[in-house]
Amino acid sequence: MIIGLDVGGTHTDAVLLSTKGIEKIVKVPTDPANLFNSVLAGFTKLLDTTDPGEIQRVVISTTLTTNALVQQEMGPIGMIVSAGPGIDPKFFSTGDHYYTVAGSINHRGREKAPVNEMEIEDIAQRLKKAGVEYVGVVSKFCVRNPSHEILIKRILNKHFKKIFLGHHVSGNLNFPRRIATTHLNAAVFDLHKAFFEAVKNSLAERGLTLPIQILKADGGTMSLESSMDFPAQTILSGPAASIMGAIPYAPADQDVIVLDIGGTTTDIAFLVNKAPLLEPLGIQRGQYKSLIRSLRTDSKGIGGDSTLRVIDGKLTIGPDRKGPAMAFGGSGPTPTDALVVLGLMDEGDSQKARAGIHEIAGQLNLSDMDAADHIFKKCCTIILKKTFEMIDELNSQPVYTVHDFLEGYKLSPQKILLLGGPAKFFADKIEEMYQIDTMAVPNASVANAVGAALARTTCEVSLIADTEQGIVTAHEEDFAEPISKTYSEDDLIETAYTLLKEKALNAGADSENMEEVEVVEFQKFNIVRNFSPRGKIYRTKIQLKPGLIKGFETILHQI
Amino acid sequence: MLKALNKTGLVFFPAFDWAIDPTHPEREERLLYTQDQVLEEGVFDIPGIVEYKPDLATAHDIRRTHFCVPDEKSVTTQSHLISAGGAMAIANAVMNKEVKSGFALVRPPGHHSMRVSHGGRGFCHINMEAIMVEYIRTQFGVKKIAIIDTDCHHGDGTNDIFWHDPDVLFISLHQDGRTMYPGTGFPGELGGPNAKGSNLNIPLPPGTSTEGYLYVIRNCVLPILAEFSPDIVVNSAGQDNHYTDPLTNMNFSAQGYAHLTAMLKPDIAVLEGGYAIEGALPYVNLGIILAMAGLDYSGVIEPDYNPEKLKQSVSITDKIKKTTDQINAYWQQRHQLREQAGKPGELIVRHREVFYDTDNIFERQKEKIWICRDCGGSFEIDSKATPGHHVLGVHIPINACKTCQEKGYDFFEKADKTKYERIYLQDRPKDRYEIK
Repeated sequence: MIIGLDVGGTHTDAVLLSTKGIEKIVKVPTDPANLFNSVLAGFTKLLDTTDPGEIQRVVISTTLTTNALVQQEMGPIGMIVSAGPGIDPKFFSTGDHYYTVAGSINHRGREKAPVNEMEIEDIAQRLKKAGVEYVGVVSKFCVRNPSHEILIKRILNKHFKKIFLGHHVSGNLNFPRRIATTHLNAAVFDLHKAFFEAVKNSLAERGLTLPIQILKADGGTMSLESSMDFPAQTILSGPAASIMGAIPYAPADQDVIVLDIGGTTTDIAFLVNKAPLLEPLGIQRGQYKSLIRSLRTDSKGIGGDSTLRVIDGKLTIGPDRKGPAMAFGGSGPTPTDALVVLGLMDEGDSQKARAGIHEIAGQLNLSDMDAADHIFKKCCTIILKKTFEMIDELNSQPVYTVHDFLEGYKLSPQKILLLGGPAKFFADKIEEMYQIDTMAVPNASVANAVGAALARTTCEVSLIADTEQGIVTAHEEDFAEPISKTYSEDDLIETAYTLLKEKALNAGADSENMEEVEVVEFQKFNIVRNFSPRGKIYRTKIQLKPGLIKGFETILHQI
Repeated sequence: MLKALNKTGLVFFPAFDWAIDPTHPEREERLLYTQDQVLEEGVFDIPGIVEYKPDLATAHDIRRTHFCVPDEKSVTTQSHLISAGGAMAIANAVMNKEVKSGFALVRPPGHHSMRVSHGGRGFCHINMEAIMVEYIRTQFGVKKIAIIDTDCHHGDGTNDIFWHDPDVLFISLHQDGRTMYPGTGFPGELGGPNAKGSNLNIPLPPGTSTEGYLYVIRNCVLPILAEFSPDIVVNSAGQDNHYTDPLTNMNFSAQGYAHLTAMLKPDIAVLEGGYAIEGALPYVNLGIILAMAGLDYSGVIEPDYNPEKLKQSVSITDKIKKTTDQINAYWQQRHQLREQAGKPGELIVRHREVFYDTDNIFERQKEKIWICRDCGGSFEIDSKATPGHHVLGVHIPINACKTCQEKGYDFFEKADKTKYERIYLQDRPKDRYEIK
């Protein structure tokens, strides 16, 4: 049996799954001040009738990192950044204790200016005096040559608890995002470590000793051990959990829209042939941009509890939430009240809901029923409009080859899957309004926990072979090997598969769920100098795709 | 916080799967390191910098500018259509005021392509800027346009296309034609009889450094631009004046290109040549993008940059000053020069030869144009290529007066079908193209 537990903003959801289906569902309120208690309460309730020895897998998703980032509850972190030519790295400052230093590597990974070791030693002393315990080190183009980061780490090692290096974060180029991501890893490390060690110990006391898996923003899992180097990857795993929970109900070979309609916001995501779309570089939320691999989601400030207003005779919905619906004791009308008035929702105080909607109806010069219907339709319109904008944006993404320009994949969804509390009420309306096959996912309110439970381990490796310089590298994996002039693209792909497999096993993947490997990128260039060929550059990126572990999906279909 | 002062649009189309041939300078790898630099700097994450997907130029778009012989399909590849479409996408973004200015980093380049195109010359098959300019004129009704070509090679293709057009000011700065392909672009090449002085060619001596280059911009290009007062300024942004370029002998730098961009303030820049793909392009392109966006570019310096070594000699400085004075004088005399070129109603004939180095084609042209004081004048070009085809192209300019429009049709109707394999009519006022 397997366990999935997702700590959400208001509820902590947990499920126990067997090959027969969902064995048990637990919902406990989340205590934002003590997430550990929420996790523990979930496990305690789930395990009180189950033998811990029967559990084969545990996956946890929390908002720990997200909360830390939002509330800026992070200790002082030292950042040492070397840039070379280009935009002034001062623009990418992470706050206090941010130092830009000498040293420069170019786009081919060649050293153009050395590190000044005395300068680093001096900064180390200053950081120590300031009480800094964790340091991030990032150099521009470190993914092409990490030697400066490694050298700086060697100087710092003896002074600090843990050093985080930029080239370990991602194989992608983007210096500002790499700085932000390295900083976040360093900043949440302490919190993450303390939290999960406490969880691990508490579960062990309850007889649950198997390795814990943690959900990442890309809808995949990693082992507790590997999460210690990249705790930032757990950020926004909640939305990812829900989207993964929709996959069992997505038809193969189709593009599917997933809408997770919550109280305040609606998350929008896409599946192509049962695999979620990923962000090209990493999570971004407003100004915050990172290299954290993530599902491509966007959210719109609209949900069951959004505030309703009439401004200049026109209805507006959200983006704020003042409290629950009037039907559930709130002070102002919300879309949920409209659902109650329309008779779609049986729960709640229908008289209070009607009073709230009546107020809006008066301002709109409509009957209560017409106003409720208008609110409901407008909710659907706002959500779908945003969804279609996202599809347009996805389909107009720039491409860099003639082939991709002419043959590029166009997303054209034929089905909508709905998640979240009010999902089942919206399905018929959306289908009626937009003529797209729409379905509320069964057990929609715990789809997040199911998604976490079933998510398989994911990872990605990026490799560059440069036959002119005679080297193949995957610096993210601390891998570099000499190659001959005759090294071919097949050799590169073979090396990539070996590295990916190793990385996946280290992250806790089991061998039967490692088949869904995909070459995400492959590029090949001739290096020519003075009109004669000097060698070739091959670049590739391969990934273990996000998806579900084998053996459970068909069971879920029967629920 | 990093934020673009000027909202800037970028089209980046490196055509990573297109080359003239595997070891040709115009090959897949050319913009690879530029892409690496731009991505590593996080340029596309800067608020106010917007990336656009290129459009696909159609045959109709090409036909506003070129007589492709025998047709568009034979002369172009998909990559050319995307490259031209990239320039058009930026033009749309600028003209629709989505961005203040924009840069199309596209390849293949186009500025050696002339109005008649039998194939490739100077790595170019069709002219991206010209196709974009004609698109802007038709789509948005813009009248006066200036094109400043800062590629190290004379922009002879663009020069040819706008040779008779008084509403397009074309200025090319390039290494002296006596030392460099295509061997043209001397100060006396001032445009056709109806457009004398609206084509200005500024040859620069080999070894011209940042100082000399910017002297010309400040003392010649900017004052002339101010007087012409165009609605749109286009920069053919070739990057081969760089001190490391393998095909040229100039001493320009990334800082110089960024300064140039900040001074010129082009509405639209389109990439042309530039073949120092590792040591120059990543820095030059980054400098241009930052300068366009109004961001600080002072840190964009090549790792091996040494201004002392690149200083120009006094004799070079003198030569540049003399050329500048000469060009300014021509500009001031442009109205008299047009008067002297011929009388209204007179038919002027010009013979020329064009060599297509990329595709090894030799072309002979005989061109006839009516002198007109009211517009650029309609003209016909009799073009015979070896190997290739013998064709006639008739052009009626977009701002043609009524008489010249009629004269254009006269050319077309009187053309002898037995003499030519094809006869083309480019009717710009009606945005029509006919073949007989």
